[in-house]
Amino acid sequence: MSKVKVAVLGSGNIGTDLMYKLQRSDVLEMTTMIGIDPSSEGLARAAKLGYKTIDSGIQGFLEQSELADIVFDATSAKSHIRHAKALRNAGKIAMDLTPAAIGALVVPSVNLQEHLDQDNVNLITCGGQATIPIVHAIGRVCPVEYAEIVATISSLSAGPGTRANIDEFTETTARGIENIGGAKKGKAIIILNPAEPPILMRDTVYALVDQERMDEEAIRRSIGDTVSYIQSYVPGYRLRSEPLFDGNKVTVFLEVEGAGDYLPKYSGNLDIMTASAVKVAEEIARHRLMQVVSKGVSNQ
Amino acid sequence: MTIERDILITEVALRDGSHAIAHQYTVEHVTQVAQALGEAGVPYIEVSHGDGLGGSTLQYGLSHTDEMKLIEAAVSVSGDSKIAVLVLPGIGTVSELKQAVSLGVKMARIGTHVTEADVSAQHLYKAKELGLETVGFLMMSHMASIDKLVEQAKLMESYGADAVYMFDSAGALLPNQVRERIRALRANVGIDVGFHGHNNLSLAMANTLAAIEEGAQRIDGSIRCLGAGAGNTQTEVLVAVLEQLGIKTGIDLYKIMDVAENVIAPILQVPQEITRDNLVLGYAGVYSSFLLHARRAAQHFGIDSRDILIELGRRKVVGGQEDMIIDVAAELAGARGI
Repeated sequence: MSKVKVAVLGSGNIGTDLMYKLQRSDVLEMTTMIGIDPSSEGLARAAKLGYKTIDSGIQGFLEQSELADIVFDATSAKSHIRHAKALRNAGKIAMDLTPAAIGALVVPSVNLQEHLDQDNVNLITCGGQATIPIVHAIGRVCPVEYAEIVATISSLSAGPGTRANIDEFTETTARGIENIGGAKKGKAIIILNPAEPPILMRDTVYALVDQERMDEEAIRRSIGDTVSYIQSYVPGYRLRSEPLFDGNKVTVFLEVEGAGDYLPKYSGNLDIMTASAVKVAEEIARHRLMQVVSKGVSNQ
Repeated sequence: MTIERDILITEVALRDGSHAIAHQYTVEHVTQVAQALGEAGVPYIEVSHGDGLGGSTLQYGLSHTDEMKLIEAAVSVSGDSKIAVLVLPGIGTVSELKQAVSLGVKMARIGTHVTEADVSAQHLYKAKELGLETVGFLMMSHMASIDKLVEQAKLMESYGADAVYMFDSAGALLPNQVRERIRALRANVGIDVGFHGHNNLSLAMANTLAAIEEGAQRIDGSIRCLGAGAGNTQTEVLVAVLEQLGIKTGIDLYKIMDVAENVIAPILQVPQEITRDNLVLGYAGVYSSFLLHARRAAQHFGIDSRDILIELGRRKVVGGQEDMIIDVAAELAGARGI
């Protein structure tokens, strides 16, 4: 099967981790790493692996845009606003890992199939990728009146962007819990823990459901299915214990250990973002390749 | 008329005390308390959910009454006293702060864990822009070195805070430790330095005096010790002690004693005292608001609440991680085959 060419925009920690994950993809072909700092470690590593490197940012890429059809943006929300426009004009698909949230918000286990034709998809937040699927898993059994998530991450894995605008995390995640998770009302909390050695990402999901339709066994099964699906692209995603049921309240404890591709294993919060982005891009690529194949067939 | 005050006291019972009564404040409570505190001449009164704006959650406990209604009530009766709110970035947001400001709040207190001051920049800048007096505070300060504490306090100063507080959120610090920390803060920051203690080891007053001797200009108190854990430095007692020391607070001693006796005591379901669990909070260095949650978990899982608290301290759990209480309790119960 042929592959779809991709580039990574942003040669920091996230971009570098993406590069290692993309190496394993059977449908995406990493070709280019784009940065703005010629001395960045990410660019050096990319060059060493034999990828094309561009150190003049998006402009440099646009001059040779045949290098990729899908571009992962691992820069910042502010930069993505500019990048989104440029990539759209160049006919490229943008996988947005920043909190810019310009395009469709996507959680692979919930709404990926609806967005295979989008040219800009956003991965929401790490807390959102870890918890919205659980809210949705509960909600497809019985309606969720209110869902609340608490994401606790190690201080070391919270980058300057997250720290400078932590409201963006809580507000965007809460919106995702409602619009994608399906809860009538959502709330998100993020806590940074500086303990040494660094803790793994932990997430707690609380959901208040319609008591009349509470079905513990079905909820447990639904959560189990979702966890298995997520494990197919984030192997370190797991339940810390069985879900707890107390009246109409469901509590789910999760833990995310990173794959350790480039980012350290404790930063499961970053890993779930890069892994989800790759997963979404792979599905979009497959969808495109299928279209090409079926067009080819119909032309004959 | 300007009132002379050598030390600025902030009364936190309507915020920190919210933990002690499982966030059950009513508009009636707050109206009575804020009015009485205003008449007693308390300069600042903090009103919010125990975990700050937006804290009403399953994680921390749902508020009986919407905190914005409580804030509105406090503002309407507090007279010359200014109403302050707490925001813990990661829980509360600028949008909630704006709502509070529209209700007449004059001070924003922005708190982070002692090592994470940079997450407060957004909120401190915004609070200043909104015309508020701003306080940055560093929680669980017993968990960091003095150098770290100073570095983080300077960050808050650089974000425009008018004062920076050291919070002994677990009530774990000893007077000599408070002394050296406040001394270092005073030597290195240009803005006011404050101290917020908890009485879990019966040291809130001693620590407060140590802080004042080292030059702290602002102190948090909770009247009748109505704060998380064993409460904070007891406001009315502090007013009396400072009066004996010749330090002016501008608070009327007789009136503040009456507020404690006539208004606060009836709100407390049980008097605030240093119970076994409170002592363990201080001893293990655990966030004081974990108290009621740990008791409930201990009961649910049939284990000793002290074991839960000690284990939480051992794991270096920080403020806000209430979900760890159930997690640890379940684990301890499982390990014992309960």
